[in-house]
Amino acid sequence: MSGDLNHLRGKFAIAGVATFGCGEAPGYTDMELLAQAARLAVADAGLTMKDIDGLCTASASSAMWSMPVVEYLGIRPRFVDATMIGGSSFIAHLMPAMQALESGQCDAVLVAYGSAQRTSTLSRKEIGKARLLMDPQPYEHPYQPMLPMSAYALAASRHMHEFGTTRRQLAQVAVSARQWARKNPDAFMRDPLTVDDVLNARMVSDPLTVRDACLVTDGGGAYVLVRADRARDLPQPPVYVLGQGTAVWNRQISSMADLTVTAATQSGRDAYAMAGMGPKDINVAELYDAFTINTLLFLEDLGFCAKGEAGAFVEDGHIAPGGSLPVNTNGGGLSWGHPGMYGIFAAIEGVRQLRGNAGDSQVAGAQTAIVHGNGGTLSSQSTAILGTAAAL
Amino acid sequence: MVNQEGGVQAIYQAALDQGRFEIQRCNDCGDAVFFPRELCPGCGSGDLSWFSPSGKGTVYAVTTVRRKPEAGGDYNVSLIDLEENVRLMSRIENAAPEEVKIGMAVKARVAVNEGRGVLVFHAMEGAAQ
Repeated sequence: MSGDLNHLRGKFAIAGVATFGCGEAPGYTDMELLAQAARLAVADAGLTMKDIDGLCTASASSAMWSMPVVEYLGIRPRFVDATMIGGSSFIAHLMPAMQALESGQCDAVLVAYGSAQRTSTLSRKEIGKARLLMDPQPYEHPYQPMLPMSAYALAASRHMHEFGTTRRQLAQVAVSARQWARKNPDAFMRDPLTVDDVLNARMVSDPLTVRDACLVTDGGGAYVLVRADRARDLPQPPVYVLGQGTAVWNRQISSMADLTVTAATQSGRDAYAMAGMGPKDINVAELYDAFTINTLLFLEDLGFCAKGEAGAFVEDGHIAPGGSLPVNTNGGGLSWGHPGMYGIFAAIEGVRQLRGNAGDSQVAGAQTAIVHGNGGTLSSQSTAILGTAAAL
Repeated sequence: MVNQEGGVQAIYQAALDQGRFEIQRCNDCGDAVFFPRELCPGCGSGDLSWFSPSGKGTVYAVTTVRRKPEAGGDYNVSLIDLEENVRLMSRIENAAPEEVKIGMAVKARVAVNEGRGVLVFHAMEGAAQ
């Protein structure tokens, strides 16, 4: 077992965050959304683009994505990381960014992402065809699973079989997310939602309905990471990275040893170890909710419930506004928005909660947040624990 | 030594095209291996052989993909655990999608269509749980 990386705890802080064009941004490209979010995040940090000498980014569509981003933003980074492990990439990028800052390789890292998937002029069929070449899965494609949704449906079916989890409990995840979204004027879907609305929605890949699935929206997101001593001199209250861990166990859902246990057990354990904390220390959880089953799996694998007990936990209202564990306080991927890869937006919401900037969604007195990204089809998991100065 | 038949993906598909379902076994650690690989994911050995599994399996996870009737209608996608302790994605062909349940006993069959083999499964008679 590797070291717990405790020496990195609290030495780096997120000094700037921003989103742009979230929801619908017709006429914008992925790059334009990314660039606007990046510009705003750098300004939020009280810096200029010339201060940026580290870049982390990733794209589902382009293998050389970091290079056009560098070119577009006009920067000359000494540290570049374009590791693409799906939606968890932008939380996973925290660790190499921290190592780069620690070593003195660079002084300010921009992590940025953009997607125009909702309003893209490319059809879903064209994108699907390109994915077959870029991400071949020859032992699954012949059976035409509707990816990624069918992979999560298979996991949900197994969880229901092993633990008696019900569709009503899955639906409660969506309802809780909507209740948070109704407090957030930026959320894309804010109409009232009931458990029966979810159960009666169009079934897409059993047992998941369209309301068990995240939204399809546009948007850009970005944050800036600097050493903690520098962050204290910048305009916003620093949000410190206390712990981080990433785990990748498979690509295909058929390669997952147990569909009820994700690599979040490993990434979460590593993040807690580095932070010197446990689930009981967490005030707010931003968990990548690509589908309702994700929230249940991550509540269990990050230690907030025992295995198999997340269904009852959410049914009792624990993750809704007023519950014991605020989860996805912006409304999450299910109700706030899902620009293709949500991890960076989970991190941004975590920062906003800890700064006290979350408006009506604000969790009073929040000092610690766990932000968790999922990638592929339960393939990669990345966890970060963020804290205020009081949590150091 | 380069295999004249190509890599393991091509070998697997060629066997299917001839109506045969074969998976690998590691000659060093004894693990069965699926999906086909050039090295054993269990121990890293490059010494793997092909064999014909029994074809018997159990449904581990299941979903019905909803599709418009004009596009062909709903269809099953399952994850199946083979007796040899490997898991794979496939489809149960002789049951309505909503009748496929976790725990069902199934048997493998190779469907060859226009020279292209694909592995599918049939529910065993009287084996539904």
